[in-house]
Parts: sequence; C-alpha cells; structure tokens
Amino acid sequence: MAMSSDRPSEVYFLATCLTDLLYPRVGLAGMELIRRAGVRVIYPKRQSCCGQPAYNSGYRDEALKVARHQLSCFPRNIPVVVPSGSCAGMVSHHWPELFAGKPDEAEAVNMAGRTFELTQFLVDHLDLQLEDLGEPTEIVVHTSCSSRNELGIEERIESLLAQLSNVTVREQARKAECCGFGGTFSIKQPDISGAMVQDKCDALEQTGATRVVSQDCGCLMNIGGALEKQGRTLQPQHIAEFLLERTNVSN
Amino acid sequence: MSATNQSKAFQSRIGEALGNQQAHTNFRSAMNMLMENRLKQFPDQEELLHKRQRADAIRAHALRNLPTLLEKLEQKLVENGIQVHWAENGEEANALIHQLLSQAGARSVVKGKSMVSEEIDLNHYMEERGIKVLESDLGEFILQLAGETPSHIVMPAIHKSKQDIAELIHKHYPEHPYSEDVDTLTQQARQILRDKFCHADAGISGVNFMVAETGTLCLVENEGNGRMSTTVPPIHIAVTGIEKVVESLSDVPPLLELLTKSATGQPITAYFNMITRPRQRGEMDGPQEVHLVLLDNGRSHIRRDEELLDTLRCIRCGSCINHCPVYVQVGGHAYGTVYPGPIGSVLEPMRQGLDKIGALTSACSLCGACGQVCPVQIPLPKLINRLRAEAVTQQVETQGVKGQGSLRKLLEVWTWKGWRLIFGSGLRYRLFKLLATRLRRLTPPKMGGWSRYRTIAKPASRSLDEMAAKAGFDHE
Amino acid sequence: MSNAREAVLGRLRTNGSIQMGRSIPPQVDYSSLGLNEKRELFTQRLQAAHAEVHHLQDGDWVNWINRELPQRGVSCLLAGGVPAEELEQRVVSTIKLQRYQQPIESWKEELFSQVDASVTSTEGGIASTGTVVVWPTPQEPRLVSLVPSIHVALVDSERLHDTFEQMVNDDRWAERMPTNALLISGPSKTADIQQVIAYGVHGPKQLIVLLLG
Repeated sequence: MAMSSDRPSEVYFLATCLTDLLYPRVGLAGMELIRRAGVRVIYPKRQSCCGQPAYNSGYRDEALKVARHQLSCFPRNIPVVVPSGSCAGMVSHHWPELFAGKPDEAEAVNMAGRTFELTQFLVDHLDLQLEDLGEPTEIVVHTSCSSRNELGIEERIESLLAQLSNVTVREQARKAECCGFGGTFSIKQPDISGAMVQDKCDALEQTGATRVVSQDCGCLMNIGGALEKQGRTLQPQHIAEFLLERTNVSN
Repeated sequence: MSATNQSKAFQSRIGEALGNQQAHTNFRSAMNMLMENRLKQFPDQEELLHKRQRADAIRAHALRNLPTLLEKLEQKLVENGIQVHWAENGEEANALIHQLLSQAGARSVVKGKSMVSEEIDLNHYMEERGIKVLESDLGEFILQLAGETPSHIVMPAIHKSKQDIAELIHKHYPEHPYSEDVDTLTQQARQILRDKFCHADAGISGVNFMVAETGTLCLVENEGNGRMSTTVPPIHIAVTGIEKVVESLSDVPPLLELLTKSATGQPITAYFNMITRPRQRGEMDGPQEVHLVLLDNGRSHIRRDEELLDTLRCIRCGSCINHCPVYVQVGGHAYGTVYPGPIGSVLEPMRQGLDKIGALTSACSLCGACGQVCPVQIPLPKLINRLRAEAVTQQVETQGVKGQGSLRKLLEVWTWKGWRLIFGSGLRYRLFKLLATRLRRLTPPKMGGWSRYRTIAKPASRSLDEMAAKAGFDHE
Repeated sequence: MSNAREAVLGRLRTNGSIQMGRSIPPQVDYSSLGLNEKRELFTQRLQAAHAEVHHLQDGDWVNWINRELPQRGVSCLLAGGVPAEELEQRVVSTIKLQRYQQPIESWKEELFSQVDASVTSTEGGIASTGTVVVWPTPQEPRLVSLVPSIHVALVDSERLHDTFEQMVNDDRWAERMPTNALLISGPSKTADIQQVIAYGVHGPKQLIVLLLG
C-alpha cells in the first residue's frame, strides 16, 4: 500500500487519444481528482497516442514512430498518469518491447517504469480518501482486460468504489470476460466483437444496475455504443467522472 | 490458398458459427463449467503462480536441451526394447505407421485420443489403404460416427448434444435401442468398443510426456480406452511431437498436476499410464512390440525463434481455449484447424504458414485471459501480436515464419502510414483534432461492422487540450 | 527413415544459441501429513472421485470380499500373487477364483466376458490426489485392474505418500521403473456427452479401495 514517500508533487497526465478527442470530460475529471489531492497536474500539449492501435495490428514501425513522438512529450522524471488501463499497459508493458534495441530504449524503459493507470495511481500513490455526497445508487463495474490481465490492478477500482457509502456495486456473470472491443479487433472481426458485446451487455443489464462504470474509455465506447444501439437504459460512465461527481462539494 | 481466400473462408466459417445459437449455448455452458472447475483447484493464487513458474521452467529446460534429450530418450527407449522412428512430417509419419501395421498384418486398429494423429490425419491415410482405425475415446468415437473433427482438444465432442449422440449411436448400431440417457449411451459405447479392443490387431496412442531419463511414455486419460489400446493388442504404436520430452521422471508430477487441474479441473485423471517396456519374458499381457514415432512437422523450425519457441512448451491442457471469449462465441470448427483457440491461433499459422491460415490471428481481442491461465506461462497474446507483425511485414527472411508478409495489404499499409503522419506529430495531430471537433457533424453515421452493433461516438465539440487549458492545468 | 532422424536432430543442434535458460524453482516445502491425515485425505479424495474406500484390519480383507462381493453379483474373481494365495485359502465357495497364469492371447474372450471382478495388490497410495499406485507383475498382469467391471485394490496404510512427486523421489522410481506403472484415481469415467459424468465407459465401473492397517 501507498507510503507517503510515493506521493509526488507533480505528475504528467497522458490523456489518450480517445479521451482527448471523444471524451474530454473524462480527462478533465481525472486531472481534477489529482489536482484536488494537492498534486500539480501537467498536460503536455503535443501529446497524441501511445501507438497501440498500430502495434496490435502488426504495424510496428508506424507504432514506434508515434510512440517516439509520445515519449518526447513526457521528458521529466515524474509520474505519468493515464485514465486507461489499455494505454497505460501499452506504455508500461509494450514500450520496452517496441523500443528494444533502439537508441531511445532507455528513455522508453524509464517512462514505462513511471507510467500508472489512474485508479492505480489514486490508490497506490495518493491513498485517495473519498466521501460520498451522492444519492444511493446501484452500479456495475466492468474492469478492462488490460487492467486485469496485463497490469493486475483490477481491485483498485473496487477499493475506490468501496469508499462510497451510498454506492452499491452489483456483480455480473462472467465478470472477467472481455467486452469484445480489442481496438482494431472490433473493426477486423466485427461480428465476433458484436456477439461478445451483446453477451456483455446482457450480463451487465441483468444485474439491475443503472450505471456501468469502467476505467477504460475503449470498453465504455464499445459497451455504451451497443447499449445505445439497442435502446437499453443502462448508462456507461468512466470511473473518473463517477468519482468526481459523487465527491465534489460544488456539485 | 491466397491471403484473400483464406480470410474469406475464415469469415464464412465464423458467420456460420455465429448463426448457430444452439452451439453457442452448448459452448457457453461447457466453458463456464470448465472455468469454474479449474478455479476450484487453485484456491491459492500465490501457490498457483509458483507452480506455473516451475512447470514453465521444466518445459523450457527440456526445449533448450531438446536434441540431447531426444538422443538420450531414444537410447533409453531402445535399451528398454521400444523401437523409435523419426518423421519429418505427417506424410512420413503415416507411411511409417502404415508400414508397421502392414508388416504385422493388422486390419483393425484401436486408437486412443491423440491430437498428433489428428494433425497428420492418420485415420484417412490408413483407411485409404484398407486399415480401419477405430477411435476409442468416447468423444472421438462419436465424432468418427458423425464424420466430424474435434471442436476442442480435450473435449472433442463438446458441440454435440445428447440427442445428436443418441441418434448417431442408434443409426450406426441399431441393435442398441434409442436412448438419450447419458449412462445408457455410455454403456452402449462400452459394449460396442469392448468387442473392438478384444479383437484389435494393433493399438495406436498419443503421448503426454516422454521421460528421457527412464525411457518412459506417459499417457493421461479418464476412460481407460488409452490403457486398453496400449495393453490389449499385440502391437502398440505411439505417435507424438518431438517437443513432448522432459528430462527426468521427477519433472512429470508437477506437469501432470497442472495439466489435469487446468484442463478439466480434476486433481488428477482416473488413469495415468506410464509405459517403459513392451511385454517382458514371463509377463502375461501388454504388447510384444512397442513403437514410438517422433514427429517434427515444423516443430524444429518453430524452435529456431527465441520468442516463438515458447509455443512448444504447451502441454495441451486446453485451458487457453476454455477461457477464450472468442472461442466461446465461434466454437472450434470455425478455426478450421486441428488446434483451435489461442494456442491454435499461434501454432497453426507457424505450422502451416501465415499465407495459409494467418487470418486466425485476427480473431483475438488480445484480452490476455489465455496468458493468465496457461500452466506453462506461454505468452499467447504476445505471440499472436508477433504473428500479426510477421503477417504484414515487408522484410521477408528465409529463416522467418512461413508466409511472412503474406497478409500485407496496400490499403491497410497506407491507412497506417496516414495514421502515423497525423499521430506522429504534435502539430499535425492538433490540426486533425481541430478539424474533427469543429466538423463533428460530418462524422459518418455508419462505420462498417462497428455500427452494425453500436452507435458511433462523435468527437467532442472541444478536445481535452483546449479544455485543460481553460480549466487552468499547466501545459509546460 | 534414419535420414529424418539426422535431419531433425541436425536442425535442432544448429540453433544451440537459444537463451531460455531458467533454473527450475524447487518444490515448495508443503507441510508433510501425519498418517491419520493421509488416510483421511486419501479416503476423501477417492470418494470424491466416485470410488469406495473401506478401512480394514490387515487380515480382514478376505472377509470383506466374502461378505460384500457375492451381494454385488460377483461369481468370478480374478486375482494373482499374494492376494490370490490368501484368497485360495479363505474365499467363499460361491466365488470362483480365476488366476491369470497364461498369456492373454489364450483367454482374451474369457477375460473380457466372464470375469466379474478383480483384486490387486498395490505399490501404495497418494493422499493428495486419492490415487492407488499399481505396478503390474507377471503374477498380477496389467489387465487385471482394467478389464473386470469391479476392481478391488488393497492398499497398505504404511505405504501412503503425500504427493506423487514425493513418492517418485522417496521410492526412487527412476532407478527401477517397471514395464508399466499406473496411477488409478477412480473408476473409468467420461464427460464426453454434454459434460455429464458417466462411469465405467471402458474400464472398471467401480473402484473399491481396501485401506489396510
């Protein structure tokens, strides 16, 4: 668990391209949660993408070039916080492979070692304490596969939610199963991906929860898009927004 | 098959599989049960990790010393009286086995479950030459009656309902009354197959582990058909891949434990059969001749690559398949290969070539569930990713994976080049964002297969970097 | 096809550069079990696998056979070695004691169709998995524990081990592997029809373990 010496005075925020372009409010919420805890948050303006889409499609040269640009945006030796398990996993786990043998390998490995997913950072480094100011509600959590299988931090989101006294977390069937997003997988194998997200939506809805909360915008775009297409009432929301909404005095 | 054709064929198999709701229900309930049963066997995650590390190291050690261990194994087997044969590929293995069967005048053969025999399509080869090879594992027996291939490496007939099976047995053996009762069906199969065991001229089996130290062939099973096939007929021919060797007898228990627990959630199977010699003077049963056919079939090629050789650690438990969210949707036949699921998506393209079956690597969301459960820690997602890169690479090497670069398509290449131009530069990316946010109304309402199942997410009216500045966050 | 041998080994030897050396982590030292714990675990595991276990005094097992097997319709009992010697003295007259003193070829049909049950001695047992360890011998051949519908295995409590790994190492198996060694952990079973477990698909329908001493 977090020690006070782990608590940095400033951090970089790596927004991810999905958040930047489609879900900026998620990024703002994540940054606000950190700032509210008394930590300076720096948003490097030139940042773009971690390179994951190309990397997972086999286009490693292209992935490397984009990753290299991203690397140049986070030069100082301070933590990098990412509101996505998938992108955090790309940097912390796959950059060392992607940059292996390249002249900038050391910098990439360095950044890999100081990159954290948002809930991981809030729990392990800030030991964030939350007070629930919201109405009683029932939610269900979808943990991204990268947070679970790659980073092994699946319980962080649950421990944050456990601090919220008015929030009941329902458990869905096959909790650990992938929602079917998988980045370019959903484009290359749309029908398999479609069948997977259908099963996921069914399982989530069967809990009777009103909201599905996750730490990854990719999963939420997939699940949320499918829920909307089917006209279901279950609402998707990123954990950062959910936490901020329920704990912000000004709300 | 050309790259386009293999993708089309794969998509058509996927379409067919996804249309079969009954099969999906069958797979779903079977996989749920297999996952639950496995979990019950590993209550302590730390202990499990240690066991997986140990099993991984045992297999890695064996693969590192593979040529030495194979020679040692051969020497011990020969000392023990077991005859050893080597085959470069399936054709050679089949020819060898056929020759052995012919020499013995064998017409009727019983076979225990063996994925390697599926790999080399042994049954057809022998049948074309007038030798009937009867599958004796109940699941395989059912599939042989149906004229189908396995849809799972451990539970081959998992896609069949008991009604399907009842009809098959009654149709082929009308002397047995139609019944949908599982015990009755099982007893019918017992009667049919006992007679075959009793009269078979030869038995064929696979091997789970080969022990170099003692020259021992180990077989894991629940039914007893493996023991029957390797004990009752006068000749036993075992066929297996060269990678199945381990150095010492003490390497076996840790692997056996993880194999059965990972595969079906059993602490151990009903039978673990360790064969070290043919029948010795004074012994009353067991085959007089035991042969081992060691098959390469691309394995030595896979071992050349530092990363890909991890695949050869596989002990064929099928746990990756049981936990695969894609497999549970499409089932085993959609893959169109002997080995389905994550291990198949890695092994088959390496074995057959990316130009033949590389499209399998697209049927993976890289969720990582397979890598988490693999008892020998094969990094399956990493290998699938690597093969995707091999499939589209421009640098084709003679020593590389077969069919390198064969899935490289111009449209895709230019898409990623365009993507790189935009996302690889702060300036261009910001310009792109400006356009996307300001022209968000022009977002296309349909995007291929994505919008078949979901609505499209439009860009926000302002990107985060604009909003962050307004909210007073530092840009540095 | 010795050229295949040379070709395969040749290819394997040329890539001797592979760097995957990892030392094998040792077995974690799990606490060893006392005799009573072993008996209990052994019994519990076997029962979970649908086997019967009876705890008997050393000399009592023939009485058990005489009492129980006729009730289960056994009239022809296959045995060899020491168990057969004891049975010969004391088995009830309603059970015909069948010996296995000729090669299988001369009485295969009879073995498959006329023997109801068998008794074998064992090398011992494994508590953690509920396993009976059988090393067939010329007196007690391999098919004795496989073909009849009921297999009765005699296990000496003193020869129970915690795990398979311990047994292999403690009893120095590597130095003395028999023609065939068998771990038997329940009756023959299958789950190939809709994952429903059914017993006695090819081998014994019942495994009865008599734990002695």
